[in-house]
Amino acid sequence: MTHLDQLEAQSIFIFREAYHAFSKMAMPWSMGKDSNVLVWLAKKAFCGRIPFPVLHIDTTYEFPEMLEFRAWAQKSYELDLIVKINEEARARGIGYETCDPITVTHELKTVALQQVLTQYKWEALVTGIRRDEDSTRAKERYFSPRNADFEWDYKDQPPEFWNQFTTSCKPGEHVRVQPLLDWTELDVWEYIEREKITIPDMYFSREGKRFRSIGCWPITHPVESPASTIREIIEELKTTKVSERAGRAQDHHERNAMQKLRAKGFM
Amino acid sequence: MSQEQERLKIVIVGHVDHGKSTLIGRLFHDTDSLPLGKAESIRKACEAEGMEFEYAFLLDALLEEQEQNITIDTTRIQFRTQKRNYIIIDAPGHKEFLKNMITGAANADAAILLIDANEGIQEQSRRHGYLLSLLGIHQVIVAVNKMDLVGFNESVFRQIKQDYTAFLEKLGVSPKYFIPVSAKHGHNITTRSPQMPWSESPSILDALDSFALPPSQEDMPLRMIVQDVYRFDERRIVAGRVEAGSLSVGDDIVFWPDRKRSKVKTIESWNATAPQVRASAGQSLAITLEEQIFVERGQIAGHPDSGPLEAREFCANIFWIHDEPLSLNHPHTLKLGTQQVEARVLKIHRVVDSSTLEISEQPRMDIKKNEVAEVTVRVRRPLAFDNRDRCPETGRFVLMQGERIGGGGIIHGADYASGQHRAKSVTSENITWTEGRLSSDDRAGHFGHRGAVIWLTGLSGSGKSTLAIALEASLFQRGIASFVLDGDNLRHGLCTDLGFSETDRKENIRRAGEAAKLMAEAGLVVVTSLISPFREDRLKVQEICKASGIPFAEVYISAPLEVCEQRDPRSLYKKARSGEIRGFTGIDSPYEPPQNPDLEIATDKNTIKESIAHLLGFVLELSNRQKTFSAEDELPASNI
Repeated sequence: MTHLDQLEAQSIFIFREAYHAFSKMAMPWSMGKDSNVLVWLAKKAFCGRIPFPVLHIDTTYEFPEMLEFRAWAQKSYELDLIVKINEEARARGIGYETCDPITVTHELKTVALQQVLTQYKWEALVTGIRRDEDSTRAKERYFSPRNADFEWDYKDQPPEFWNQFTTSCKPGEHVRVQPLLDWTELDVWEYIEREKITIPDMYFSREGKRFRSIGCWPITHPVESPASTIREIIEELKTTKVSERAGRAQDHHERNAMQKLRAKGFM
Repeated sequence: MSQEQERLKIVIVGHVDHGKSTLIGRLFHDTDSLPLGKAESIRKACEAEGMEFEYAFLLDALLEEQEQNITIDTTRIQFRTQKRNYIIIDAPGHKEFLKNMITGAANADAAILLIDANEGIQEQSRRHGYLLSLLGIHQVIVAVNKMDLVGFNESVFRQIKQDYTAFLEKLGVSPKYFIPVSAKHGHNITTRSPQMPWSESPSILDALDSFALPPSQEDMPLRMIVQDVYRFDERRIVAGRVEAGSLSVGDDIVFWPDRKRSKVKTIESWNATAPQVRASAGQSLAITLEEQIFVERGQIAGHPDSGPLEAREFCANIFWIHDEPLSLNHPHTLKLGTQQVEARVLKIHRVVDSSTLEISEQPRMDIKKNEVAEVTVRVRRPLAFDNRDRCPETGRFVLMQGERIGGGGIIHGADYASGQHRAKSVTSENITWTEGRLSSDDRAGHFGHRGAVIWLTGLSGSGKSTLAIALEASLFQRGIASFVLDGDNLRHGLCTDLGFSETDRKENIRRAGEAAKLMAEAGLVVVTSLISPFREDRLKVQEICKASGIPFAEVYISAPLEVCEQRDPRSLYKKARSGEIRGFTGIDSPYEPPQNPDLEIATDKNTIKESIAHLLGFVLELSNRQKTFSAEDELPASNI
């Protein structure tokens, strides 16, 4: 088995363990590259039919191209798509025009997620986070419990070994299921290339710049890159020393910003 | 396409502050693997904490970790050498974070264990060494770190090497390398250090590059663990993973422990260019079967002649990492592969302190946090498994403590050749198991007592039948459901096909034992009345009962042969003496009296009334006291 085969097999195993353990679950989907790999793996795990809803937390600061992609993918992958906007926060005037990125990310992503989770009473959420994205994500588990306040108790995580996971939770709590945890950015791209997975065009270079990670348009910046094909992106990643989330402003707002965001429920 | 790169997972372990995170930082720096700006952000974090540049901050990302300069949880990060990619797993060295150390280490192919040259061997140095051996990690480098603090002194290194080697020898572990290093200053990390010309060891990187990749499980017998059965359309799709061996379309496969058999019809796939016809170790797959048999999550599919073992009792090494101790006879959920079953520790043979290797001499009722124990585990339903050294994935399990993993277990000692696990027969048990929904505890609760087998043995005419019938009546009067299984009566029905040859007599006893066990499982106190002259046969029956958790007592109804012959209620001795019947116990066939009966009633010395009173007291205690699942182990009769 190749390295990608091993990663794929483990991700599929995790998907199936989660689906067996949790009767109510959903998969947040950002339309980004990792998210699309996740959808692809779910299709494989369940023989072409994803047996739970896919959730898009729409911050209302989405790139228009991404919304077009959403419509295409929903149809193409036959997704049971739920779109959630934190209307209440938007009505209060929360937005990048008025607030700092930590506050906006928290309100429009994390709180929105809390609202929709409460509404549907999901016990598990499948996320596309990877260890190599951020050093706090590196400390995650495949099955990572969150309390009713969405908090991640990173100081006392349950043990997890020999493919035995946290597969139960108390009412109000939920478990984050993270099938891509062991994948690297390079693995994701090599898998996209191998499987010919369609991804948004924004990842490819236009006028010498491309997006390496995509979030809300006011706080997401492209990086210098001539890479306009998947192969070129892969070659670039093999030599670059710029970190993936360098273009994501909320991560760098203050020291340990990601830890603070994540402890409160951010992915 | 890119050339496929090898990947090896290494865990870095050792006592707190012996420099694990620093070694990782150094490896990254020296192999030029740090992302741009990372050194800068580490510098900033160090300044904020008012300390000099600390490589450990590369992985100790949590604020609390940086403030206290310790590692709380395990993490992973990759770097590459000329030869291959490495996935580094950093594991905390604090005793209280042992669960996180195991979470990290359980996934590793190899390990670097760090010992501080200045502090020497500490508690976690030993504990981690022991746990690595339990987790099955044999490729180990022991790095004696901070050699700069001891002036690169050779004798300090030699002493630690000697002491630690002696410790590991007791575990049967020998590390591949001992290397003196200074992680902070980069000695013997990527290249050999000129400061330690006396050292014969390679550098850490060269030592790592010499390690082998984990062996493929593909050539092993097939083990496919079933995760789920999907019915998205009219088909039933069995989803799972091949943990060992390989499977092809058309193969006959058997699902353990039920042993239902079918044939692989298809391997399902999505978006594949060609239909898949074979899957091998490590692959997740979904299959359909030719014949519709009942398959469910937890089963293990194998090829017909090379399946796993199955039993309800087995030996294991357990390490415990939960604050609450693991108590003897206490129910815990056991998870092995995707099987999940209630289990209890039936016997604690030996408890070892994982750091000092000190063996607890006292009999133990529990296993405490950070202890390792050799135990016998009893599960409620038959479990399919392997020895760990044959198939790691199906040879290890976890025991849950509430919602969390409380500890891990490694199975050893099963004998494949005979299809048996230790002395416990699996092949002689019923082949297909149908587990009743009610538990023995449920039944005991309903009846107010437990089922049990009271096995009366003794010469013909010793008084077995008389006592059995009187005992049955007395028990009945006290609200205890009881029943007599009489040898003669059995021969009129269940054993009508059997004669009196040695084989037939053995079979007669076996059937009586199995029947008694079933009735006791149903909740009855069964009193048997059979001569059952041979020790071996009685032991066999005892095993049958014990294996199902049925309290069993051997009661010797004794009377001298002359007395029995005098009584001769059915003139059998007379016929035997005259040669009319042959092979009669006591005359021309031996009787082997019990060596350690649970109770002996001498009917030549006691009246029937006295004998009954004696028996009754004994049985009342047995059937009432045995309310817990497996306390029959306290019976002297089980000490075999």
